[in-house]
Amino acid sequence: MIEIKNLHATVDGKEILKGIDLTINPGEVHAIMGPNGSGKSTLSYVLAGRDGYEITEGSVSFFGKDLLEMEPEERAAAGLFLAFQYPVEIPGVANTTFLKSALNAIRKQRGEPELDAMQFLKLVREKTKALSMTDEMLKRAVNVGFSGGEKKRNETLQMAVLQPKFAILDETDSGLDIDALKIVAEGVNALRSPERSMLVITHYQRLLDYIVPDHVHVLAFGKIQRSGGKELALELEKNGYAEFGVNEAA
Amino acid sequence: MATTTLTKAPRGYDPAAATPFLEQLDRVKGGLPGAGLSWLDGLRDQGRARFAELGLPTVKNESWRYTNLRALDKLAFQPASVADARFDVLPTVRADGATGPRLVFVDGRFRAELSSTAGLPAGVELLNLADALARKPDLLAEHLGRIAAPDDQPLVALNTAFLADGPVLHVPRGVTVEETIELVFVSVGSEAQPTAFHPRGLIVAEADSRAVIVEHHVGLGSCTTLSNGVTEVFVGAGASVHHYKVQREHTESFHLSHTAAKVAGKGIYDNFILTIGAKLSRNEVTSVLDGEEGDTHVSGAYMVRGGQHVDTTTFIDHAKPCCTSREVYKGVIDDQARAVFQGKIIVRPNAQKTDGYQQNRALLLSDTAEIDAKPELEIYADDVKCSHGATVGELDDDQLFYLRARGIDKAAARGLLIGAFLSEALEEIAEESVRDAFQSYVADWQNAR
Repeated sequence: MIEIKNLHATVDGKEILKGIDLTINPGEVHAIMGPNGSGKSTLSYVLAGRDGYEITEGSVSFFGKDLLEMEPEERAAAGLFLAFQYPVEIPGVANTTFLKSALNAIRKQRGEPELDAMQFLKLVREKTKALSMTDEMLKRAVNVGFSGGEKKRNETLQMAVLQPKFAILDETDSGLDIDALKIVAEGVNALRSPERSMLVITHYQRLLDYIVPDHVHVLAFGKIQRSGGKELALELEKNGYAEFGVNEAA
Repeated sequence: MATTTLTKAPRGYDPAAATPFLEQLDRVKGGLPGAGLSWLDGLRDQGRARFAELGLPTVKNESWRYTNLRALDKLAFQPASVADARFDVLPTVRADGATGPRLVFVDGRFRAELSSTAGLPAGVELLNLADALARKPDLLAEHLGRIAAPDDQPLVALNTAFLADGPVLHVPRGVTVEETIELVFVSVGSEAQPTAFHPRGLIVAEADSRAVIVEHHVGLGSCTTLSNGVTEVFVGAGASVHHYKVQREHTESFHLSHTAAKVAGKGIYDNFILTIGAKLSRNEVTSVLDGEEGDTHVSGAYMVRGGQHVDTTTFIDHAKPCCTSREVYKGVIDDQARAVFQGKIIVRPNAQKTDGYQQNRALLLSDTAEIDAKPELEIYADDVKCSHGATVGELDDDQLFYLRARGIDKAAARGLLIGAFLSEALEEIAEESVRDAFQSYVADWQNAR
């Protein structure tokens, strides 16, 4: 599904990613754990196509296509989804307008018929219910005045509506209390399927109690230092990142 | 004539620019409606004399620093002849398609066959100036030239010199006009030469009355025209006037407009101007809060591209205590277009408990777009709440990326963000039907790219 090979990326001339190799197959959930500044968020932004990152080496193939050549909207249409660590507030654009524009833009790029207002409303009502979101949250401007938990639920709602093939969850647990975390994790788990893969990026093991990964990778200093099964997360929880030369107390 | 009492042209004016206009005026003067009425002749003469003295303002004039009218010099505008224009559809904010009360002016001249007073309550007068001279001469004599005085402004002087036609609305005490009154101004012009007209409007809302007025300014064809309009608005005690305007002329037109309102105690004057068209436009809005607990809103939105120039100059005068004013302007400027915002608020020494708010926000969509913003607060009272803010920005990269990461292409994402930016200003329009119509004009502008 996605094959990352020797990926190097720089920001303002500073190398952040120093050769990432990662292959994710359909249905798999991978977790990337790493300390602050290890390159976790850079990896997610590079995959989603944000400006400001220079790819100096390596390749990313997504369903056989060169992902790095695609515009962000083309990546979304191809089935890539980034759940943002810090969802962006957009005053003046209603959440429903945003969701409908996104869904129909993706359907259009895929050559599928666009949904009319009624069809869309039916779909979105169904999805909001599952995430215990209110109609009122749909009417509000995108993420404006949302609590941390509401923003993350809104990201999950977008994922549920857009039905991506590959979702990157960037620090989805940050800023969430345990109840909000459970709701978001349930929403994410409901989307797990043999066709859909996920890359869960997190600093802490806590999230992985609720979204249980098939594979865990440790990212530090711009490279994957170690890969293993879900037990690797528990080991990190106990020992921290010290064995990878990271001093978190600093 | 009282010309001797007027001062000589100060620095910042070009008296020579008056000559072509004055020559035309002398040719048409005898045929202007109401010629022979002494008060009216006096008013016109006063306008003529002042304009002859001043001519057009130049960029050395503080109030005209950013808007250059020299283009007008070269065009040798002629007075409008009666244009024989055919209309399929006149613009309206009405969703039902019916014809409500409306007056239509083509090149500044009233067109009775396109106008209607349907749906007006008894006692409300909606007339053109010539008819009003016959039917409401006292009303005109009492109000015309009282708050848009020719002395202060050369363009008001020019308009007053040519004073011939325009809408007159009189709402008697205590009457609420339920139907939205529409004033449609169509610029047609002539292939032969650039055409100038000077519509003059008067709105008098007596105590405790209410009216909603929408002005549409549109162009037909692509001939060069100059519209130099003046509207005076008297808001009586406890009355409320909601005055909305949309200007969508083509980009060969020059649109100069001066709206002056005077608000009595507990009166409300609510003005909103949406500017989309014209090569060069200037909207000057003056609102004088002349009685306690008056309230005025002076807001608007503008969107320009190509080589367009849009100037918004507002003046809010807190002359009496306990009044509120609110001003929200938002503009989108693309290509090489240029915008000017000059917003002055004055709080007079006795105007305690004034509450004033002014915000001007501009969005620049290209590196060559330009805005000059000049907020000016003059506060002479000490118990006052006044705030103002001006921001100039570009589209937010984080917001653009967020939308694109959800599959929305770059152009559509920009469109959504621009629409969202402007909607904050359009929210200032209290009348839903007007807001919806203006929203659709904004969408048309975006789709025209």
